[in-house]
Amino acid sequence: MLSFALISGSIEQGLAYGIMALGVFITYRVLQFADLTVDGTFPLGAAVAASLIVSGTSPFVACLVAMLAGMLGGALTGFLHTKLRIAGLLAGILTMTGLYSVNLRIMGRANIPLLRQPTVFTILEELLPKVPYLQLLVLLLLAVVIKLLLDAFLATDIGLAMRATGDSPEMIRSLGVDTEAMTIAGLSLANGLVAFSGALVAQYQGFADVGMGIGTVVVGLASVIIGTGIIRSHAVFHSTLGVLVGAIIYRLAIFFALRMGLEPTDLRIMTAVLVIAALALPTVKTRWRERRLSRLVASENARLLAEGYVGQKEEAGCVRDSQSA
Amino acid sequence: MLEIANLHKTFVVGGVAPRGALAGVDLKVLPGEFVTIIGSNGAGKSTLLNAIAGVFPVDRGIILLDNEDITLQPEHKRAAYIGRVFQNPLQGTAASMTIEENLAMAMRRGQRRGLKRGLTARSRKQIKESLAVLGLGLEDRLQCPVGLLSGGQRQALALVMATLVRPRLLLLDEHTAALDPTTAEQIILLTQRIVSQEGLTTLMVTHSLDQALRLGDRTIMMHEGQIVLSVSGPERAQMGVEDLLEEFRKLRGVQVTDDSLLLTTSA
Ligand SMILES: Nc1ncnc2c1ncn2[C@@H]1O[C@H](COP(=O)(O)OP(=O)(O)O)[C@@H](O)[C@H]1O
Ligand SMILES: [Mg+2]
Repeated sequence: MLSFALISGSIEQGLAYGIMALGVFITYRVLQFADLTVDGTFPLGAAVAASLIVSGTSPFVACLVAMLAGMLGGALTGFLHTKLRIAGLLAGILTMTGLYSVNLRIMGRANIPLLRQPTVFTILEELLPKVPYLQLLVLLLLAVVIKLLLDAFLATDIGLAMRATGDSPEMIRSLGVDTEAMTIAGLSLANGLVAFSGALVAQYQGFADVGMGIGTVVVGLASVIIGTGIIRSHAVFHSTLGVLVGAIIYRLAIFFALRMGLEPTDLRIMTAVLVIAALALPTVKTRWRERRLSRLVASENARLLAEGYVGQKEEAGCVRDSQSA
Repeated sequence: MLEIANLHKTFVVGGVAPRGALAGVDLKVLPGEFVTIIGSNGAGKSTLLNAIAGVFPVDRGIILLDNEDITLQPEHKRAAYIGRVFQNPLQGTAASMTIEENLAMAMRRGQRRGLKRGLTARSRKQIKESLAVLGLGLEDRLQCPVGLLSGGQRQALALVMATLVRPRLLLLDEHTAALDPTTAEQIILLTQRIVSQEGLTTLMVTHSLDQALRLGDRTIMMHEGQIVLSVSGPERAQMGVEDLLEEFRKLRGVQVTDDSLLLTTSA
């Protein structure tokens, strides 16, 4: 029998990573920009938060500084892309690659354990010792508040302009919006959320590791694709809700896959295959429909030819000509 | 009033000896004047409109709008007072956003955008009113994503968006070329109505010689990056499509058998 206690950990992780997925949603869906910076800003957030906590800074302040660091990383990718005209994918890869060294510098080593350190979770547990599932509630509250703030932001004048920057840049420029500034701001905001999520995950799992960023963007994409596939809507409110739900479903899927005997080392390929399948599905569906249709057309045409509906005269002439020649 | 002097623009593409897309354009458009622009494919019509809108920097020349030098202003700055409608209906509206969101963005043209809500009860009311005059029933579909509308509806919306905040200059680049004839005519009627009601200074590129003569106050013809003909007043009123073709032959000394040379089929 599956108890809630058993899956609550997966839900917690889903919520913590869901904040990262909201960042991926901003770049991938709102700006329509495949941003790989995420793989660098997620561990950046963890590195900044862990280093600050170890050096005695309040975990809450550490989270905020981590977020600011992530915003800088995103802004750098935006700068590379808009001002220096480097292709979006490459701009993200360059920032991510550079951040690997930065993260090592910040941490001073490859891994910082936080086991005996105060974290946002331990502090709140001391304040509210009697609340059950406190960790889950804290993460739920954070994720939902961030989701609602993001919804509200995307409905402001700047938010609308940011959405239009991804949808129809010529149009929104012709309405007086600096789309380059919007792209930089959007990437910055997105990576701020990603780094914040990295800071939370480090405190949740009890360590920051320089390698913890690998594949983050794919996990984010998986969450966005699963979530917006389940909750199909044009409305931002539904899409962001879908992203959080998608992130939780993703974690639960992993939980069950592991329970069914999947090796933890195989998780990444499972995630990649999942995203490939989701992205390829529309194309495969179309191809399949076309194939079936052309098979129908072929058999119909064969019948028309056999019944002498079309093609008889010319064919007879051809045969006669070739015989006389 | 729009004043353009000695405007030059050359696109350098991969080392090929470049030819001037704009080779010294001089143009003066009076306040409230509606100018139609014709010319063969590649004559530089779109380049002229894009140069005025600031899509790219020009090589030489000056652009004054209401006595303000906008030659070096970035595109998004001058967009504060220049309204545009593009040929492609997909380009002029944001498909994934709702009708009211699109219009809300248009209402902010030229203003600072901040963290105020884009849509309020008041702006919704204003949006409804400006859509109701179209007679397309769009005012009852405010929450509908624009992507679900037809090309004609989207182009009507784009026209409203370009003029919602009164622009000092309206630029229309073959904005009916992608539509079927009936829809195109409806958009032309709408264009005429909005331009005359608001008294907008307007430049309209069209591939229809008939349309060029029928609409507006003046017709100019472009050829190889220059304005080669400008007719207005009684002279223009008496002109027919045949006369325009004749003018073209005289001016360029080339043999034009039919109007195919003047018909623009693509952007
Ligand atoms: N962005 C661009 N890059 C390179 N060449 C361009 C560009 N835009 C226009 N041109 C060239 O400039 C010339 C004028 O084009 P255009 O203004 O689009 O003509 P049209 O009168 O048909 O609108 C053409 O030779 C075209 O190939
Ligand atoms: Mg053109």
